[in-house]
Amino acid sequence: MIDATKFKPKTVYVIYIAAAPEKVWQAMTDPQLSEKYFHGSHVEIEPKVGGAFVVRLPDGRVNVRGEVLEWSPPRRLVTTWTVDWVPELREFPPCLVSYDIEPAGECVKLTMTESYSWDPPEALLSGGRSGWPASPSNLKSMLETGKPLASKMEPPKGMMEAIKELALTKPWLKG
Amino acid sequence: MSKPKFVYVIYIASTAEKVWQALTDPEISRQYWFGFRVAANGKVGEHMTATDPKGKVVHRDPIIESDPPRRLVYAWHPLYDDLKHERPSRVTIELTPIKDQVRLTLVHDDFDDGSIVHEKISGGWPAVLSSLKSFLETGRGLEPGWREAEQKSAAEAGA
Repeated sequence: MIDATKFKPKTVYVIYIAAAPEKVWQAMTDPQLSEKYFHGSHVEIEPKVGGAFVVRLPDGRVNVRGEVLEWSPPRRLVTTWTVDWVPELREFPPCLVSYDIEPAGECVKLTMTESYSWDPPEALLSGGRSGWPASPSNLKSMLETGKPLASKMEPPKGMMEAIKELALTKPWLKG
Repeated sequence: MSKPKFVYVIYIASTAEKVWQALTDPEISRQYWFGFRVAANGKVGEHMTATDPKGKVVHRDPIIESDPPRRLVYAWHPLYDDLKHERPSRVTIELTPIKDQVRLTLVHDDFDDGSIVHEKISGGWPAVLSSLKSFLETGRGLEPGWREAEQKSAAEAGA
């Protein structure tokens, strides 16, 4: 298994949700619920350490593949994360994505952390930084109002160029 | 190392006008900003003022840019505790309507290295803006229990 201690957090996102930790956990791990707030994507998780983690696009294609590194309902979920829908990205080392759910007064604090074993440039991180807030915003709306927000995902400007460049230079292979 | 900077993005099912009003009208802010009254509806050169739930003035900062309901920039200089000894930082808020929602982007920057204010606001803004979103979408802000959680995680981090 991957050595999680070699990964450093690069993007952290915190949002507070008026819901029970169990409800947030369920929304994050149930494919039928994930479809409602995660841009129509299905999150499929084998509920055990070492289990498979897949994010499937609405048309059935695999968007993200990974492995479950920590499964502690309803508090903490950690998976590896390799984007599959861009061919170049399949060669990249996986990043780690962790979700921490902590009670905070009458609501919960959800912390999402994206960690890397290498030093990715800003242009690559911009994907997570601009894309991530949409899903937790939608998740929060779904749990608090029953109505998720409609959203459309697009890679930020410059990100695809950065991916092509990185696929050629492979900076993670250098110390 | 790059200078400390905080960036936060949140999507809200509302209009730019309503989000702007909630960010600048003290009678609305107190309902989601954990009792704080924040007035920022002035012109450039006037002030953003904030009072805590007991009525004590905790901010009186120049408004640097104001383009309602799209862009608001003000200085940030807390007037309490040891934080008052730091030089002012800067808050930039941009509202972008997207179909039936608004993307709120907040950038808080212009800190010195090792700024304690930077550490505080990094914990504070996600709670305030999460509560703002709840308030505009459900009519109810969040309960300020986040303070205990913040104190607990701060204590753990310091241990």
